[in-house]
Amino acid sequence: MSEAPKPAMAAAAAAGAVKTAGRSGRSTELPEHLKAYKGVWVFIEHDRGQVHSVSWELMGEARKLADKLGVEVSGVLLGGPADKLEDYAKEAYTYGADHCYIMRDPVLQGYRNEPFTKGLTDLVNKHQPEIMLLGATTMGRDLAGSVATTLGTGLTADCTELNIDGRALAATRPTFGGSLLCTIMTLAYRPQMATMRPRTAPMPRREPERSGDIITMALGMIETDIVTKLLEFIPDANRNTVNLAYADIIISGGKGLKNADNFKLVWDLARVLGAEVGATRAVTQAGWCETERQVGQTGKTVRPKLYIAAGISGAIQHRVGMEASDVIVAINTDANAPIFDFAHHGIVGNAMQVLPALTAAFRAHLDKRIRRAA
Amino acid sequence: MHIVVCIKQVPDSAQIRVHPVTNTIMRQGVPAIVNPYDLFALEEALRLKDKFGGRVTMLCMGPPQAEDALRKCLSFGATDAILVTDRSFAGADTLATSYALTAAIRKIGQEQAVDLVFTGKQTIDGDTAQVGPGIAKRLGLNLLTYVSKINELDLDGRTLTVERRAEGGVQRLQTTLPSLITMLEGTNEMRFATMDDMLRAGRCAVRKWNKDDAGIEDVSKIGLKGSPTIVSKVFAPKARSQRAEMQEVGDGSGVNDVCLNLLQKIFTTHPTLEAETVERLSA
Repeated sequence: MSEAPKPAMAAAAAAGAVKTAGRSGRSTELPEHLKAYKGVWVFIEHDRGQVHSVSWELMGEARKLADKLGVEVSGVLLGGPADKLEDYAKEAYTYGADHCYIMRDPVLQGYRNEPFTKGLTDLVNKHQPEIMLLGATTMGRDLAGSVATTLGTGLTADCTELNIDGRALAATRPTFGGSLLCTIMTLAYRPQMATMRPRTAPMPRREPERSGDIITMALGMIETDIVTKLLEFIPDANRNTVNLAYADIIISGGKGLKNADNFKLVWDLARVLGAEVGATRAVTQAGWCETERQVGQTGKTVRPKLYIAAGISGAIQHRVGMEASDVIVAINTDANAPIFDFAHHGIVGNAMQVLPALTAAFRAHLDKRIRRAA
Repeated sequence: MHIVVCIKQVPDSAQIRVHPVTNTIMRQGVPAIVNPYDLFALEEALRLKDKFGGRVTMLCMGPPQAEDALRKCLSFGATDAILVTDRSFAGADTLATSYALTAAIRKIGQEQAVDLVFTGKQTIDGDTAQVGPGIAKRLGLNLLTYVSKINELDLDGRTLTVERRAEGGVQRLQTTLPSLITMLEGTNEMRFATMDDMLRAGRCAVRKWNKDDAGIEDVSKIGLKGSPTIVSKVFAPKARSQRAEMQEVGDGSGVNDVCLNLLQKIFTTHPTLEAETVERLSA
């Protein structure tokens, strides 16, 4: 939940923020009544019949945290009559959950802040988890911020690493545009809340034989209690759907491509590979492609099998969003560009020249393979 | 119609550098700007003011120099600006920040009732996207996050219809005033400041409120003391131990060979990638 630390605070933090906290008169001791809070929860996000993969990624992280603490993992499912919550629970067990809390009510059909905030807050107050994880999606962030404020507890956004320090959650996240990392803890409040972006954590292995039990709770709200009405859901038209976070191959372009026209070379290579197109912040700000394609600290986190960066210098802002990719290829005229420090393969050359050659090479190679396959 | 727009002054993160030895932020010469996401909120608020009349009050919590950010917003056409500034706010996390801003909005509301509160979807330095929802919960406003479009606003009926960005689509939501909207980026384009507004921004007094002016009663809820989260460690990201395997194109004559070589390397280091790509393309 912390905003990026102010410079004075960052310095203090480097010297040991816990001491600083003590000096400020703020409590870092967990009050007695909060010591009963036990277990790690994952809010399982689903919409129109599908669980968001980030929930399973979080389940994998939750399992690791719970094992360190010697506690259990629970999934939390809120939804309406048409949602297959029991099926999602069964899936949750295979990814590491021991229990699932299910709250089903007609007013929970389709996400709305008000009933979901009440539902999740009530569940927390009744069953008292020590840690609660949510995906850093438009739903997870909307809900996490509301629930944390209602409960008056700490929330750390967009974590890249979750660990246990002592008995508390140590949530690490990038700060100052990714130039630094900071570890944030909530010592005197429960639950300790954190969000993680899709694709930050790896997908855990499924264990099909695992099972668990269901605990149900009623919401206790009726439609007339809720001010905001969901009039309709307009699904994205296919051509507009940019599923960057889950793409296997991403070709990204940066300011080194000089202009919007040259950026088309990125699309050419992407088409040949059946890949998605990504971009740096500078490129989306210049309007060479849609904002949804921005990779980095203020854009999306991706971890494709192959990431080709053309004309991208590798500023930390961009790096934090893509460095988990399996294979990173960088094309840049400057042999000293920072991107070559973390790419696997580097080509020192002009992207306007290399991209068409690479497109031709892949096209020839893949055409041959496709013909053989057919 | 009375709209409050909350903004934050942030360092231009594109220009931040970390000292290579001490791992501290080198702030010298890094310009402070209005959080870019907040400008979409401001522009949307100004459009509503153009259409329905009324006033747009800017609100910012920060050090005294954040006055510059507020003046910038006045030059775009905001009516009034309030800077909530007090040493006791230092070290606030998002929970403590939303508490202080909420108190200030209540105070603003005593002068003229507030119909709408706008924030950006997140800041570029904290990236948390939590202050907007926090204010909404504290004030009991109807929360509308990631709004891409305001379809309809009926001031007499006190209703509001918006489009909200969700995963895989857009929700069309209807609610009542007062509401809090966090505006999605790229949804509008900030207007140019007019000469009149620029002159007015220079003359107009930015009101400065300390914690008492802002009506804050419980000092245990502000600043470091009111922040449940504690920064326990700040450190530099680990460098990858190995540098990329490099090839040079040189004058360009060898570019085809370099690309063929790269293709072989990619497909041999990641053996399943080739088959998967062929399969995807054949489908």
